[in-house]
Amino acid sequence: MIELLRQLGEKTRHSFAKLGRGSFFLMQIIMGTMDVLRRPALLSKQLYSIGVLSFFLISISGLFVGMVLGLQGYYILSNFGADEALGVMVATSLVRELGPVVGALLFAGRAGSALTAEIGLMKATEQLSGMEMMAIDPIKRIMTPRFLAGIISLPLLTALFSSVGVLGGHLVGVEMLGVDEGSYWAQMHAGLDVYDDILNGVIKSVVFGFVILWIALFEGYDAIPTSEGVSRATTRTVVNSAFAILGLDFILTALMFGDI
Amino acid sequence: MGNTVKQDTLVGLFVAIGIGSLFFMAMQISNFSGFSDEKSYTISAAFENSGGLKVKSPVVVGGVRVGRVIAITLDQKKFQSVVKMKIEAQYNQLPEDTTASIFTAGLLGEQYVSLEPGGMDDLLSDNSMIEITQSALVLEEIIGQFLFKDKDADSAKKE
Amino acid sequence: MDTDTAIVSIRNLTFSRGNRKIFDDISLDIHRGKITAIMGPSGTGKTTLLKIIGGQLRPEKGTVKVNGQNVHQLSLKSLYQLRKGMGMLFQSGALLTDINVYNNVAFPLREHTQLNESMIRSLVLMKLEAVGLRGARNLMPSELSGGMARRVALARAIALDPMMILYDEPFTGQDPISMATLVQLIKTLNMTLKLTSIIVSHDVKETAAIADYIYVLSQGKIIGQGTPEAIEQSDSTWVQQFMHGNADGPVHFHFPAIPYAEDLFSSDNPQ
Repeated sequence: MIELLRQLGEKTRHSFAKLGRGSFFLMQIIMGTMDVLRRPALLSKQLYSIGVLSFFLISISGLFVGMVLGLQGYYILSNFGADEALGVMVATSLVRELGPVVGALLFAGRAGSALTAEIGLMKATEQLSGMEMMAIDPIKRIMTPRFLAGIISLPLLTALFSSVGVLGGHLVGVEMLGVDEGSYWAQMHAGLDVYDDILNGVIKSVVFGFVILWIALFEGYDAIPTSEGVSRATTRTVVNSAFAILGLDFILTALMFGDI
Repeated sequence: MGNTVKQDTLVGLFVAIGIGSLFFMAMQISNFSGFSDEKSYTISAAFENSGGLKVKSPVVVGGVRVGRVIAITLDQKKFQSVVKMKIEAQYNQLPEDTTASIFTAGLLGEQYVSLEPGGMDDLLSDNSMIEITQSALVLEEIIGQFLFKDKDADSAKKE
Repeated sequence: MDTDTAIVSIRNLTFSRGNRKIFDDISLDIHRGKITAIMGPSGTGKTTLLKIIGGQLRPEKGTVKVNGQNVHQLSLKSLYQLRKGMGMLFQSGALLTDINVYNNVAFPLREHTQLNESMIRSLVLMKLEAVGLRGARNLMPSELSGGMARRVALARAIALDPMMILYDEPFTGQDPISMATLVQLIKTLNMTLKLTSIIVSHDVKETAAIADYIYVLSQGKIIGQGTPEAIEQSDSTWVQQFMHGNADGPVHFHFPAIPYAEDLFSSDNPQ
């Protein structure tokens, strides 16, 4: 019993220590922002590997999610004779929830895990210490550009996901199931608000991007520099990002749309 | 070097498509109508009961959306609900004796304000008040009225 | 010892990892313009010593002065300034794997100087020529052999014309030819560029061939020091075992354990 408590205490202490290191790390990353903005070439390179390389995954997934929403929504709504509300249903679910959340989950799996593995291996192969010894701050040089690129990429990818999804819903609902095209768009147009829906969705994706990048970079930086350590860190990135995304989504939704 | 140019191009394309999607969302998916605050005017109307009307509910004339509700407040003297509406500047031909009613779109749909123009030559201007209004239909009241009417009729028959 | 010529002077250094004392109150000096070797068996913390000199690790006790400055009391900015004068050659080379040889050598120049590309090109080619790999400039690090990667890393380490270079196990895992190349290279560079070199190694023969002064470390202590000849003649049995690579001596072949027979008949073996 005492042993169990002791272990629990030890674990808690470790978690807090890790949180502390993580916060300090985040602070250092943010402090490097100005330096990176002065060197857009660094940012461009990371936008490529983080954003452009996730482009296909996100757009194809968005298309399929939109198509499924069109199909499922049609069957449910046509029961109530409300199939012309398909557009607003597809768009609301995508813009408010599915776009930011599924987009972020895919992004964590695609870009987040890759970042952790990359940073972890850079640590394992002494590239990070090597940089320190060359008097180059690896946090400013390596972490900050990736961090900024991620925060820029995810909202754009999420917008893409939602937009392609709406087109996917159109493809299934209007082209295949015969919902009236005019009401698909008009109801959507009338039912969604720029600030309430779109802007809140974008805010969500910015927050998710921030958290995913923080987790991914820190897990890589804090990884035990062995192959096992890096593989564990990569797993932790995906798992912790998923938890963080879903938990934060609830909190953000409650703040934005609910009256809790 | 050629590699960097190709990469930069792809990044540029990616950012352009991303921003394009944001625009698509703002313009096509939602009802963004620009930040045109000066291109609209405000009118208000007092209702006995504004029912389920909400801020941002649509304001329509003959089925065409001309504006939206921007505030619903309570007049503490008359205990009426004062609904402030923002009407787009292009719809500036509404006569002064326009009536305002609160309707429901479909049986369970959202409530909205419908304006029915009268025949006067004077027009509604900024900050003017609509005099003639018809309150929201509250489903419970209507059902209640039916029930009580039936009861009244029954008791009348018995006597 | 004369401190004027000492570029690095370590006094009463103590450092431990967990409960294990890696350095126990050691003091040593490294002289300007010389090749100093720090030797000892694997696991004696030789790499740790380099990291302490470079300011990446903090000692528990004691001071480390480089060029008269106490490394661990410098602000981050002055520490980085100091590190520009130190090149470090990591065991793995630590080349950046996503850019080619040319860009790896150009990396510190681009980060720290405002030179234009044609100047950088001349400098990079000069450094690559010095390590004999000018022709390999378009290869990626993954296409290099271990010895070539180390030479590229060396070219990168001398890119900023440092005052000293720290070599971490430069000879480990090299075939005889690339080993000989590296030995030659370290010696030539030290002479032509007027560097100070610190070599951490357990390759006795190669290190002894080029070192001006040798420290032998074991179990957190300096157990022998002197010129290669003096070390060779040392009467310490330990130093003799290490220098001649005998399998048994003061350092035992067996990891500490209870007697073999006792272990065989004990009951705690897992079934």
